[in-house]
Amino acid sequence: MALQSLDITRRSATTTASPSQRQTIKVAKLIDVTKCIGCKACQVACMEWNDTRDAIGSNHGVLDNPMDLTENSWTVMRYAEVETDRGLEWLIRKDGCMHCADPGCLKACPAPGAIVQFSNGIVDFHEENCIGCGYCIAGCPFDIPRLSKKDSKVYKCTLCSDRVAVGLEPACVKTCPTGAIVFGSKEEMTHHAEGRIVDLKERGFAKAGLYDPAGVEGTHVMYVLHHADQPEVYCGLPRKPSIGPMVGLWKGAAKPLASFALAMVAIGAFFHYVTKGPNVVSKEIEKEFE
Amino acid sequence: MKSDPNKLLRYTPFERANHWLVAITFILLALSGLVFFHPAFYPLNQLFGGGVWTRILHPFLGLVMALSFGVMFFSYRKLNLMTPTDRAWLSHVREMVDGDDRNMPEAGKFNGGQKLLFWLLVACMVLLILSGIVIWRAYFAFLFPAAVIRFASVVHAVAATVINALIIFHIYAAIWTRESIDAMLYGQVRRAWAKQHHPAWFREMTGGGK
Amino acid sequence: MASLAPTFGRGAMTNHWVDIKNANVIIVMGGNAAEAHPCGFKWVTEAKAHNHATFIVVDPRFTRSASVADLYAPLRTGTDIAFLGGVINYLLSRDKIQHEYVKAYTNAPFIVAEGFKFDDGLFSGYDAAARKYDKSTWAYEIGPDGYAKVDETLRHPRCVLQLLMQHYSRYTPEVVSNICGTPKDTFLKVCEIIATTSVPDRTLTFMYALGWTQHSVGSQMIRTAAMVQLLLGNVGMAGGGVNALRGHSNIQGLTDLGLLSDLLPGYLTLPREAETDYQGYIGKRALKPLRPGQLSYWQNYAKFHVSLMKAWFGGAATKENNWCFDWLPKLDKVYDVLQVFELMHQGKLNGYFCQGFNPLGAIPNKAKLIGAMSKLKYLVVIDPLATETSCFWENHGEYNDVDPAKIQTEVIRLPSTCFAEENGSLTNSGRWLQWHYKGAEPPGDAKPDADIIAGIFLNLRELYLKEGGAFPNPILNLAWDYKIPRSPAPEELAMEYNGKALADLIDPKDSTKVMVKKDQQLDGFAQLRDDGSTACGCWLYSGAWTEKGNMMARRDNSDPSGLGNTLNWAFAWPANRRVLYNRASCDPSGKPWDPKRKLIGWDGSKWTGADVPDFKPDSAPGDPMSPFIMNPEGVGRLFALDKMAEGPFPEHYEPFETPIDTNPLHPKVISNPAARVFKGDMEAFGKGKDFPYAATTYRLTEHFHFWTKHTKLSSIMQPEQFVEIGEELAREKGIKAGDRVKVWSNRGFIKAVAVVTKRIKPLQVNGKTVHHVGIPFHWGFKGIAKNGYLANTLTPFVGDANTQTPEFKSFLVNIEKA
Repeated sequence: MALQSLDITRRSATTTASPSQRQTIKVAKLIDVTKCIGCKACQVACMEWNDTRDAIGSNHGVLDNPMDLTENSWTVMRYAEVETDRGLEWLIRKDGCMHCADPGCLKACPAPGAIVQFSNGIVDFHEENCIGCGYCIAGCPFDIPRLSKKDSKVYKCTLCSDRVAVGLEPACVKTCPTGAIVFGSKEEMTHHAEGRIVDLKERGFAKAGLYDPAGVEGTHVMYVLHHADQPEVYCGLPRKPSIGPMVGLWKGAAKPLASFALAMVAIGAFFHYVTKGPNVVSKEIEKEFE
Repeated sequence: MKSDPNKLLRYTPFERANHWLVAITFILLALSGLVFFHPAFYPLNQLFGGGVWTRILHPFLGLVMALSFGVMFFSYRKLNLMTPTDRAWLSHVREMVDGDDRNMPEAGKFNGGQKLLFWLLVACMVLLILSGIVIWRAYFAFLFPAAVIRFASVVHAVAATVINALIIFHIYAAIWTRESIDAMLYGQVRRAWAKQHHPAWFREMTGGGK
Repeated sequence: MASLAPTFGRGAMTNHWVDIKNANVIIVMGGNAAEAHPCGFKWVTEAKAHNHATFIVVDPRFTRSASVADLYAPLRTGTDIAFLGGVINYLLSRDKIQHEYVKAYTNAPFIVAEGFKFDDGLFSGYDAAARKYDKSTWAYEIGPDGYAKVDETLRHPRCVLQLLMQHYSRYTPEVVSNICGTPKDTFLKVCEIIATTSVPDRTLTFMYALGWTQHSVGSQMIRTAAMVQLLLGNVGMAGGGVNALRGHSNIQGLTDLGLLSDLLPGYLTLPREAETDYQGYIGKRALKPLRPGQLSYWQNYAKFHVSLMKAWFGGAATKENNWCFDWLPKLDKVYDVLQVFELMHQGKLNGYFCQGFNPLGAIPNKAKLIGAMSKLKYLVVIDPLATETSCFWENHGEYNDVDPAKIQTEVIRLPSTCFAEENGSLTNSGRWLQWHYKGAEPPGDAKPDADIIAGIFLNLRELYLKEGGAFPNPILNLAWDYKIPRSPAPEELAMEYNGKALADLIDPKDSTKVMVKKDQQLDGFAQLRDDGSTACGCWLYSGAWTEKGNMMARRDNSDPSGLGNTLNWAFAWPANRRVLYNRASCDPSGKPWDPKRKLIGWDGSKWTGADVPDFKPDSAPGDPMSPFIMNPEGVGRLFALDKMAEGPFPEHYEPFETPIDTNPLHPKVISNPAARVFKGDMEAFGKGKDFPYAATTYRLTEHFHFWTKHTKLSSIMQPEQFVEIGEELAREKGIKAGDRVKVWSNRGFIKAVAVVTKRIKPLQVNGKTVHHVGIPFHWGFKGIAKNGYLANTLTPFVGDANTQTPEFKSFLVNIEKA
């Protein structure tokens, strides 16, 4: 995760170009929800590779555990029991960072270089630059980053940028026993998904499809869904995720314009002074009180 | 320092102290807020001990300012109620800006412009406090959905821009209107100054005499 | 295993993990492969993705396996025989069987002896007082030539096929639905899909595990599936078979090496009390062919047995002393765990060694177990972990409320290594022996199990030498020629079970040729002799470590046929065969049923191909020899003769605790009439009126037995004990998800968090609504996960009539908000 990398597309809170001499192929992780058996091996592999450990919690009346993403659980399985026209379906989705092509976290982040986007598409946090403001949490359309109570830094899936950088697949991909998680170039993964969708349609899932939402210019973590027409049944996967107009307003052109406007106010005041002169007590009144 | 019997008391020592508390915290807030406002201002974080300290201090400074501004609000809210005279004053504000105050209706302790500023500041301050709490990640942000936080972030930024503009204006007005700063520094103003800029207040204070 | 051997001849997964990818239809029933075998389950997803396979799950719960299934059929726990019996009826009544296969490769044409009967739930020969059958009528009619009689036309009223049709004609879809609670249309849909594999070029595979074995009729459930597969012609085929998924990485190895109390290594059996005569012992086991020209491989029993005794007793085993036959224990009964704990409970057994086993968690009726262990003088626990068993005397509040002052048992804990801390081989479900290497040093004083046992043995032997004792010969003469006697190396043990020549072995066809020189490792069990010139610790494993080296350590995964038979990857018993009975993948004339998955073929002089032929290699097509070479009749058994305790045809019997308190097929015979029930345990069975809910215990993918609650990662994934109930039952009982509930049976109670789910639906059974309560069992009072109750506090002390595997899967409970 060194900033000296040669293949950075974007850095947070940086208005100048990032080092980008080396251009790499765009990668993607494809999560085939229709093959996933919810075994949580990916959760374990993630903790093992990244050496994080969540607390031993409690049962909350569901199989999910840990119940949500945390600074130590960068991926969790979410289980949804849904009655459809096919009867009961148990839709199990591995949740985690989607690595958006247009990352809301990076846009929202005020700390230079705390969030970077590599040219392979991975959006990575450099926690040493993180100031703990949590703007990335507000900027994320998928509610992914989590602030650590221990060090007030934000953590999320790195797509194993360290492994990918040396030609390995992410740890979750390596461990997935059914091949429900696969990894490769975004092009290959899209192609692989097409094959899966044909199979699913043959099995009666007419609305099977790929989740690669255009609202964030596509993602580098994609899902094959049996019901691509209703992603929200998969424990609230957003139908049309986008960074949203508010973040655009907040982080877009408005701020330079506002800064300019403020400068204009100050400069205007100065010119007013030098053109109109100070507002002093008139001579008549001064005389009155002499 | 003893008060000068020839001068008029415009601000009590408590009022002055409170004003400058608001002023100082405002400056600190503006500088620290700019750190998060745009990357161009990020280096300002060095004034506060780095990015993390800036992030920690900013909301607490905000609390201090909110409290002291609250005091100010309760002290001045009645004095700042708009009167027909103030509205007339505001309708002539163009002449005032032009440096010609001959036709200005007589202002009380605060003129219409000051009153308008007061209420705009109050509005901004309320927005900043409310939105600031929503986006205060360490203690409150987790209570709100992302959409609310995003909206609050925009509100905070807009209100901060407006209040910055207002304060720049406020400072300039104080510089432009000579001796105003003395009032806030030392509390007293010369009678001539009072009659010039706040004739109604002057009459009130002196019963119309010298 | 006690059902596959009576049907096919060998008690093991017929195919292997990778082969599942070749299936066209996969049924997971009596198991939950996605959760319990997630890694092996990849071959199901492969079959779906690359073979367009249809995947069906039949289970009381909509499991994680069901979540990726094409079709899910619910059924009431313990009613699998009714379901599969209904499938048999469907196949026979709609003529969806593979005729040529059934006629040539099963005992369908065999004529059953006169006197065999089935009447109102009982087969002929029942002795109600002894709860046992006289099985003499469960036999073939033997002709004057000494062979079983057959009717090739399959029309004889006493031929197996006719009896089979008659037996299962009662299992109509309506009857099935009434017993199982499976909606009739769902059941018929399953039948329809199964029936598509009766053609030669489509196969079905069954994947099952403890969801079948842990019933009082568990073996018969598996047998019913085996019969379905024989009727469909799916045994011996790539992508077919009946696939037992073993729950532990080496539990196949446990039975292979004879660790069950009545077995010797390689499924040789210990003599019974009456078998004091060596020739009689061998004669009863060296089965003569029941049809002309059959191989009946067990005829070689003496070779395996003598070689075993030579491995154990070396020079002390001689022809003159019948190879130390007198030194073998003679069983008066089977000492399975239920029997052992029953004896302990009666105070008749006062010392217990417990190695790699946590019986307090793993055996039913915890209260009875605590009572039994409290009567022991000593308990030795050899385990890598501080198990509940080794701490049974500790008070752990509500989770183990005992008074240590009242327990006098001396408990000795000997810490052992875990598998990753030693070299060795693991035998997986698919019979592969895979060598593994030590990955870490064991912690503290932990020692390999072999060292611990060696230490105990050598110290005992010293005591016998010094002080003498009763019957010292087996102990004093046990061969123990390991390089470091107190630390036998895994490599030495592996070479021992492969076997070696004790003298030059001369080729029987050419007396000038020495096949194997003295002291050389054998190539396989075909070289074993019954004259004392070979030694072999486990004949089935012969070939695992030959003169060429450690065959188990081979790691060449090349797969020329594309069928997944990687013959140079590790070693599979027997003789490196990957798909058992693979001769049955070809028709009698030697042509493969399905040319696309040709396992073996006749090349004009011998059988050869993608797999090692499970057949006499030079027996040409057209010879009378049939593919099931372990069976004396050479064919698969639809009629199991006397091999099963409760009858030659599986019959639906209710669990000992049934929510309907009757058996709709025959109300007079409700539960397995041949199952052993100890005195006092019958009274401890609950009735439906007091315990209205059908309960079942099971494992979760996040945990492995009682081990992983000692590891942090698994404990994070599933930290706290819970039970699963359906939304309807929850509503009736006012239970919300996350509430703490109390679940009790007639034997005790547990408390846990309620998981309320749509995945468990009430079923309509015999005019009654039956709710299930699902009880995952991974928690206890040791480890770092949240403490919980041992689920076997609830379960009944009764087992399968053949294996005595406890009935963990079907019992009755009540539930309320705690």
